[in-house]
Amino acid sequence: MLHSSDKYQDIRDAVRALCAEFPDEYHRRVDEERAYPEEFVDALTKAGWMAALIPEEYGGSGLGLTEASVIMEEINRAGGNSGACHGQMYNMNTLVRHGSKEQRDFYLPKIAAGELRLQSMGVTEPTTGTDTTKIKTTAVRKGDRYVINGQKVWISRVQHSDLMILLARTTPLAEVKKKSEGLSIFLVDIKQAVKSGMTVKPIRNMVNHETNELFFDDLEIPVENLIGEEGMGFKYILTGLNAERALIAAECIGDGYWFTDRVTAYVKERNVFGRPIGQNQGVQFPIAEGFIEIEAASLMRYEACRLYDAGEPCGAQANMAKYLAAKASWEAANACLQFHGGFGFAAEYDVERKFRETRLYQVAPISTNLILSHVAEHILGLPRSF
Amino acid sequence: MKVLVPVKRVIDYNVKVRVKSDGSGVDLANVKMSMNPFDEISVEEAIRLKEAGKVDEIVVVSVGPQQAQETIRTALAMGADRGILVKVDDTVEPLAVAKILKGIVDEEKPELVILGKQAIDDDCNQTGQMLAALLGWSQGTFASKLDLGEGTVEVMREIDGGLQTVKLTMPAIVTADLRLNEPRYASLPNIMKAKKKPIDEKAASDYGVDTAPRLTVVATNEPPARQAGVKVADVAELVSKLKNEAGVL
Ligand SMILES: Cc1cc2nc3c(=O)[nH]c(=O)nc-3n(C[C@H](O)[C@H](O)[C@H](O)COP(=O)(O)OP(=O)(O)OC[C@H]3O[C@@H](n4cnc5c(N)ncnc54)[C@H](O)[C@@H]3O)c2cc1C
Repeated sequence: MLHSSDKYQDIRDAVRALCAEFPDEYHRRVDEERAYPEEFVDALTKAGWMAALIPEEYGGSGLGLTEASVIMEEINRAGGNSGACHGQMYNMNTLVRHGSKEQRDFYLPKIAAGELRLQSMGVTEPTTGTDTTKIKTTAVRKGDRYVINGQKVWISRVQHSDLMILLARTTPLAEVKKKSEGLSIFLVDIKQAVKSGMTVKPIRNMVNHETNELFFDDLEIPVENLIGEEGMGFKYILTGLNAERALIAAECIGDGYWFTDRVTAYVKERNVFGRPIGQNQGVQFPIAEGFIEIEAASLMRYEACRLYDAGEPCGAQANMAKYLAAKASWEAANACLQFHGGFGFAAEYDVERKFRETRLYQVAPISTNLILSHVAEHILGLPRSF
Repeated sequence: MKVLVPVKRVIDYNVKVRVKSDGSGVDLANVKMSMNPFDEISVEEAIRLKEAGKVDEIVVVSVGPQQAQETIRTALAMGADRGILVKVDDTVEPLAVAKILKGIVDEEKPELVILGKQAIDDDCNQTGQMLAALLGWSQGTFASKLDLGEGTVEVMREIDGGLQTVKLTMPAIVTADLRLNEPRYASLPNIMKAKKKPIDEKAASDYGVDTAPRLTVVATNEPPARQAGVKVADVAELVSKLKNEAGVL
């Protein structure tokens, strides 16, 4: 395995040691059975990793997004898929930074102890796609309750989470000055909601991602579950979205190292025409290129995390890190599959599984095109196209 | 009761070792270093004794460069209480390590020292035995089971012919074999706690030990490459080859 040492070595070593108890066969079986890696997520929770971002006074370890990104990177690098558990990491600061004292006091110790999971975030809707401010799910206040109606799609880990952060419109679009106003976020008690107006419909998909359609039919939630101020939800949800982008960048980086490690080992051993295929520059260069791009993406990831942890604006960096990392891991995945030849397609080598898993990140949580458009219009000041 | 656990920073067991081109040793530049796996087993055993209420304090000590502090931190994150780093930059031979450890034992007064049976870098398998001799303590080497009694410790040893159990009077030296236990991985809260645990820094001279090597490494060689095998058509050919070519029948 490639080795370079950084100041997170203790975290890396400990996560690697835990992941080593869940070898390739484990993740392969979970994928084959379209199951949820319950034992793995449980072990991560018990060893305190899923509470890394929770402040120490609430029973967590009070670490920053940088360390969280290293944890996610190592999970993917070890052959796992952080997609099963990254939700709690990217949601955490939304609750820590914008939740009320009562909400923090009530939820954080339980999440830190592993009694509750906060793994879901409900943003995407079928009819609005990436145009988030146009979402049609509404929350209307009635006394001490909000009544939710609408529909979401691709909402992940709902069947394996206790809590979900939900984005809904509280003031109609026509009545707000800026389209990003009038949106609010809520903590939804999933088990409760399923009994009183929320329907969960799993979506079978290309990767083994537990993801669902959600339907809200007069779901009532107590006003105490509103996070922050009504109407300001879009600003709060960005705390989660930026974290998500930086963390997914890290996961892609972990994938990238996994592909590089595997393909490097394979092409050294595989002999064709009387010599290792890795002796051909046509084989070497795409592998080297993928590796260079992963290393570069990793630097942008650290920059995004640094800004995030300092509480500074980091939208551009988080998006760019995710763009670079998703692209790099895809290049590395492609080289890995290509140079495994036919064996790359055999489930037994895990390459095809990781290949599928890493492909997701050019589309979710935000597609490559939308990042390019954000950079073009918001950073370079080009005319708005939408 | 106090337990002392010496830990060594060695080349990681996953690393494919390369011999330096001048044969003076193995290449350590940019190579992953970790705690000697047998020492992890010693640390684990000490922690289990503490969890069973039989031990009050676990002190880990490493003789090595500044970076050996990370190895001590790893032991602290597993559950040891405090550390001592005896800073030495060059290679330290087992006898010098044993003399330094004797100095620490004199100061710390543990009743039990658990060491790895050997370090996976030089495979010496000497330090524990030398320490026992220097201290005049009883020793139970290659332990695959350890039972702590009142003033005694029973050690099941892995020997060539099978297993042997010895009963030692404390204070005693035990060296850990592979099957003694399976070491735990550190949890995040324990890694955070370990950052706050104390590590004392000492020099070999604090214990009056001269670490200058007494042995000279003459050569270091790669193991010979394995020869390709041959396929035989049938049992008759196999027997004939074993008889006439390999000369083993
Ligand atoms: C496995 C999985 C898990 C997910 N989990 C979650 C979750 O937990 N929570 C959640 O809220 N969402 C989740 N999502 C949703 C995900 O964030 C969206 O799929 C993603 O943001 C893209 O939105 P969309 O699917 O509506 O695509 P669309 O917005 O319909 O876009 C389709 C394509 O058109 C392109 N496009 C659209 N507009 C433009 C334009 N103006 N210029 C150029 N190109 C454009 C896009 O780049 C994209 O390639 C998940 C998705 C998947 C597949």
